[in-house]
Amino acid sequence: MAISISILRKIIIPCLAILVLFAGACERGSGSGDKVSEEKEEVVVYSSRIEELIKPAFDAFTKETGIKVKYTTGKEEELLQRLKAEGENSPADILITVDAGNLWRAAENEVFQPIESAILSENIPENLRDQENRWFALTIRSRTIMYNTEKVSPEELSTYEALGDSKWKERLALRTSAKVYNQSLVASMIASLGEEEAEKVVKGWMANDPEIFGSDVKMLEAMAAGQKDVAIANTYYLGRLLKEDPELPLAVFWPNQDDRGAHVNVSGAGITKNSPNKDNAVKLLEFLSSAKAQKMFAETNIEYPVNPDAELHELLKEWGDFKRDDLNVSELGSNQVEAVKIMDRAGYK
Amino acid sequence: MEIISKRIGWSIFLIALAGLTALPIAYVAVAILTPTLDVWVHLWQTTLGEMFANTFFLMFGVGLGTMVLGTLLAWLVVVYDFPGKGFFDWALILPLAVPGYVMAFIALSIFNFTGPVQTAFRGWFGSGIWFPDIRSGFGVFIVMTLVLYPYVYLLARAAFLEQGATLIDAARSLGFNRTRAFFKVVLPMARPSIAVGVALAVMEAIADVGAVTTLGFPTLSSGVYRIWVGFFDEKAALELAGVLLVIALILLFLEKKLRGRARYYQELGRSIKAEPVTLSNWRRWGITALCSTVLAVSFGLPLAQLGIWAFGQIQVGALQARYLEFTLNTLGLAVIAALITIFIALLLAYGKRLNKGKTIGSAIQISAMGYAIPGAVVGIGIIAAIISGQTILNSIYSFFSDNKAPILSGSVTVLIYAYIVRFMAVAYRPTEASLEKVTPNMDMASRNLGKSPLSTLRLIHFPLLKVGLLTGAVLVFIDVMKEQPATLLLRPLGKETLATRVWQLTNESLWEAAALPAITIVLAGVIPIIFLMRASSGKSRKTTNITVEEIGLEGDI
Repeated sequence: MAISISILRKIIIPCLAILVLFAGACERGSGSGDKVSEEKEEVVVYSSRIEELIKPAFDAFTKETGIKVKYTTGKEEELLQRLKAEGENSPADILITVDAGNLWRAAENEVFQPIESAILSENIPENLRDQENRWFALTIRSRTIMYNTEKVSPEELSTYEALGDSKWKERLALRTSAKVYNQSLVASMIASLGEEEAEKVVKGWMANDPEIFGSDVKMLEAMAAGQKDVAIANTYYLGRLLKEDPELPLAVFWPNQDDRGAHVNVSGAGITKNSPNKDNAVKLLEFLSSAKAQKMFAETNIEYPVNPDAELHELLKEWGDFKRDDLNVSELGSNQVEAVKIMDRAGYK
Repeated sequence: MEIISKRIGWSIFLIALAGLTALPIAYVAVAILTPTLDVWVHLWQTTLGEMFANTFFLMFGVGLGTMVLGTLLAWLVVVYDFPGKGFFDWALILPLAVPGYVMAFIALSIFNFTGPVQTAFRGWFGSGIWFPDIRSGFGVFIVMTLVLYPYVYLLARAAFLEQGATLIDAARSLGFNRTRAFFKVVLPMARPSIAVGVALAVMEAIADVGAVTTLGFPTLSSGVYRIWVGFFDEKAALELAGVLLVIALILLFLEKKLRGRARYYQELGRSIKAEPVTLSNWRRWGITALCSTVLAVSFGLPLAQLGIWAFGQIQVGALQARYLEFTLNTLGLAVIAALITIFIALLLAYGKRLNKGKTIGSAIQISAMGYAIPGAVVGIGIIAAIISGQTILNSIYSFFSDNKAPILSGSVTVLIYAYIVRFMAVAYRPTEASLEKVTPNMDMASRNLGKSPLSTLRLIHFPLLKVGLLTGAVLVFIDVMKEQPATLLLRPLGKETLATRVWQLTNESLWEAAALPAITIVLAGVIPIIFLMRASSGKSRKTTNITVEEIGLEGDI
């Protein structure tokens, strides 16, 4: 008998404790079941854009409409996995993600629902929207050529392809092919030039023995310090660096102005298939596409707005207008797998 | 009859428990049975060879590095007397509190082209001077060895403390000098502990994604991510992760070999406190110098750099109220996960000892492999388990009630479940190793005296196991504090931990801002380490003596 009391103490009680923990922790979900199906004044966002970059816009939205925004952040692929796992029980209304490839992939995984909104169609150019209206771009960035102004003059530069020229041997810096931004860049070349040509371009870059960096920022800093002379990076990273130190000997160059234009990519969002607060979600997206929010949304990270009526950040105004590759950005997604294969074959790490 | 059914019930419960812990891993393992051929063909033609080579390099490099460094330091600290011995005794474990992904970006910031070291070099020697590239296999090897040697140090130190003195005396009385005594007698006796430490270090090294990505060293683990992200293919990513499981199996096999087949038992009452050996002056200071260098590079350097950055951040006003919330979340999760994991580990270890059946043993091996695969993969396995669990839950609810079933995904329970699966090895191994050192004679003696298995556990084993359990608990605590990928994936809406904050900021290259949460992780890990060391050096010997007196047994049992 003494034995069973020991068992009680040692095993059953901890098990009960665990069950209580379980019940308490799961209670979070049951809230939606208890209430009658009225739409609470909230909207739930899963975002791969970090908190710092989305909170200001969300706060402004709440101030204007009174609708609360709840959100969680994480890596794109993981959020997608989570959405798929949650299925119809998912509390998420909106998925915000960065890079058109990821938007395309989410759409392919049937995570979004098509939205008819006159406001969104008006505010966002067609090539920056999914053709079936499943997702919408919210900010634009260009992955373009940047150079050290003390070592290179703009006349020496022309196209992305030309960076394979032997005069750039040992002078080129690139970010790792593992980063989706580069995968999209190569994908855009596949779309314009075809697979074979695109592979030649990448091999050309590799022939110049480029220094590979894990981040754009470190790469640009190294370039400013003289380690390399020319690199391909996202506009907002340079913007950030120049904002901190306007004296940096770095400048932006817009390539391919005589043909397809400079490569652009987007961050964007779509409404989830099983969104519990659909009307609120549409309102949020429409708000984010409005000129006012676009200015704010893009300013926190020095990105280009998608809404042509929105005002640019001063630094971007200084850099001036340029011809953009007007490819429909979904093609960045549909060509991504082939892009990665090309990079693997070319030995681009 | 009662006893048999109780034993069977007990066995079933334990098998179910082990099974539940092994489930997500099993899901990953199963994926490789149906390989996505075109991805594998592409990998074979391009990067697979390199990923394998790099992973093996890591295994052997980090294995050897941590083994030598950890064992050497443990030996020096236990046996010799030197200035600062008391401090280094516990301080040498501190690098464990620094996450690998943090150490990597600190090493990068300090040693890359634009960092202070190379800039100074260029100042002294001119701009053409060569400097080793930190962003390489060499860099990864250094970073990981420095951050992971404490596993070996901790366990080797415990083994030396328990048995060192007696064995050395015995060996020397037989004519061995100190060095021969070390290599021929003490080291073999400490093998099981050292093997466990090395296995843990290597598993963590091959599972790492953060450090190898930062330092540009493609391994199988970073390859899993590349496929997941680049190829949009979760399934193929899981298949590659399955390869890691196979490697983990090989690792566990090697570890068993390293442990040897002999049974090593601790003799009660024989652990005399060793008299530290005094050496000539320059040797004493030599040891101090070695310990100082290791500690300075592996802990002092990251702490200093993080401190400088964090200080700058605080000035800018980063210390908001939410920061306290992140810290509390992190601590809370870590404590709960540590307690539950160690509890389960104890149950499983004990169950295996009593039943000696193969089933429990294999299930435990499978669950222990969770440590060798990337955290995100464990996360995916858990999500797969959640999908099934949710379906079951939904059916139960629709059958019995009108309410919608609670959502499993995004609950704290699932997150804790993920930590248990991921870190079972870290809790189980030290517990098992400790338990193995307890001679079966004690079990038999205790049973003969009329005590049930449970009472035996309570009165005899538990005091002896205390250190092992405490070690396991502290290791899990620290590991959970550092854990990033699974937490990112599974955490409840709006709940952030320090590690997820670090991710947010480093993802956008905001390293200085990431320093504040990063240094909190490190500092929070220091406290349990101190606690552990106080408990393990003071208590274990005292407890042993008391037990001897209580039982009234002396001499050989």
